[in-house]
Amino acid sequence: MGEGSFPEAGRMSAFFELTGVTKNFGGVQAVSNMTFSIEKGELAGLMGPNGAGKTTIFNLVTGVYGLDEGRILFKGEDLARLKTYQVTGRGIARTFQNLRLFQRSTVLENVMTAAQHHVPYSFAEGMTHLGRWRSGEKKIREKSMALLERVGLADRAEQAAGTLPYGFQRRLEIARALALDPELLLLDEPAAGMNAEEVALLNVLISEIHHDFSLTILVIEHHMDLVMEICPHIICMNFGAKIAEGTPEEIQNHPEVLKAYLGEEEVE
Amino acid sequence: MSGYTEGIIILLCINAIAAMGVSLLTGFTGIFSLGHAAYMALGAYTTAILTVQHGVHWFPAIVCGGIMAVAVAFFIGVPTLKLMGDYYAIASIGLGEAIRLILENWQSVTRGARGYPGIDPYTTLPVAAAFFVVLAIFMFNLINSRFGRACKACRDDHIAAALLGFHTARIRVISLMISAFYCGVAGALLGGFLSFIQPVMFDMLKSTELTAVVVFGGLGSMSGSLLGTAVITLVTELFRPISQYRMLIYGAVLVVIMVLRPEGIMGNREFLSWVKAPFRRRAG
Repeated sequence: MGEGSFPEAGRMSAFFELTGVTKNFGGVQAVSNMTFSIEKGELAGLMGPNGAGKTTIFNLVTGVYGLDEGRILFKGEDLARLKTYQVTGRGIARTFQNLRLFQRSTVLENVMTAAQHHVPYSFAEGMTHLGRWRSGEKKIREKSMALLERVGLADRAEQAAGTLPYGFQRRLEIARALALDPELLLLDEPAAGMNAEEVALLNVLISEIHHDFSLTILVIEHHMDLVMEICPHIICMNFGAKIAEGTPEEIQNHPEVLKAYLGEEEVE
Repeated sequence: MSGYTEGIIILLCINAIAAMGVSLLTGFTGIFSLGHAAYMALGAYTTAILTVQHGVHWFPAIVCGGIMAVAVAFFIGVPTLKLMGDYYAIASIGLGEAIRLILENWQSVTRGARGYPGIDPYTTLPVAAAFFVVLAIFMFNLINSRFGRACKACRDDHIAAALLGFHTARIRVISLMISAFYCGVAGALLGGFLSFIQPVMFDMLKSTELTAVVVFGGLGSMSGSLLGTAVITLVTELFRPISQYRMLIYGAVLVVIMVLRPEGIMGNREFLSWVKAPFRRRAG
């Protein structure tokens, strides 16, 4: 996939598409005129140094912040008009850079909280534990356990989420996001705070869930190696703007990227 | 059973119903209230007026008392619970005082500060116990259902909860309404127990007692709230002979618990999970 295969002015709208997205905080332009698109089934990486505006983009997509300018389209629908809680219903799930688990709840409850959306039983059935409550709860529990199994946390299901080691908390967030049955999964620095060995395992996990759940994934990372290893499509940004887009090879040798990561070469 | 013991048990049931309501809101949804006595007052006065002046049977009247509290909770909750933080706590102080003052001054309807006498003593032990048991079953079921998890999600991290698709403002309002219903029913039962209600019974002190009981029992533990109610109600009753000093003991008990066990008696665990835990470990 080269530069040419990312149609910025294509006729058909892409699966997930940002056009001219801009966000200011006071006088600081956190994101400026950001444009990129991701096709269904891609595993894409959003890369850039700390403070480049990567997480802001996720917050804009999920409605945590409002847009100043531009459009964010998901399957042709403008996300800007949606409230945060509605974004999930459209098939987008995310994890957080600074973990946002329900610390006091158990590992299993964390996943069940997300998994319950697709298993309807009424309020009255919940209050009386009659009707569909039993089968519904069973379904929620089974689905959640299967996901915990998937990320390797099944044996810690009854532990309080806050007591898990850091790397496991990240895995739990991924499991919780998957419980929403998303089509697009946004992972915010999933490798932050992990050692090399854990990162390698995480790479495997991300590639596996990408395949097994037929997901479209956008990963934020500032570590170049993680993104380079698993993402065939990389968008690189710095100071809120896109500086490069392409395959890992293209990115690796892109002068702007090198400048952003390694600093400018002194020219006499 | 002596009338006195019976009275204490009825009072326990009434206080427990109110505490369950506050526990859902404060312990499970994470919203502090300093005005829940207002919902008790609404329930008590609605029921009293319906039974005494309009001859309504006590049972539908109690339900109406609960519904009145729910209606007021809705109008207070919608504007305040959209905001994050402790806005509701502030608003609830205002609500509590406003309701009390309205009851004191709306003489033609509430008979003012002298109180409302002559309420049929419909709250017998079986009635109070039946209300307690049914409402407790509903409440314990509720916290072990989708709604309970939704409340806890809003309490622990409202941004994560919103991103998991929960309409957090709506969940908070519903939680408040349920909590108001419980307090309304508790107030209605209190009226039937004492045959007499007075605005001053539902003052700020009562509100703080409701919240104190829940914190005392452990935020996020329904059985803790019940235990807290039992301890506080019994402490205040047992020391009734030394009437002037019993509030001192009540205060001392609260201080001791908060120093020794700041997370409350039960923490955020339920009584059943303690019973079950050893078996689970063996199985695993």
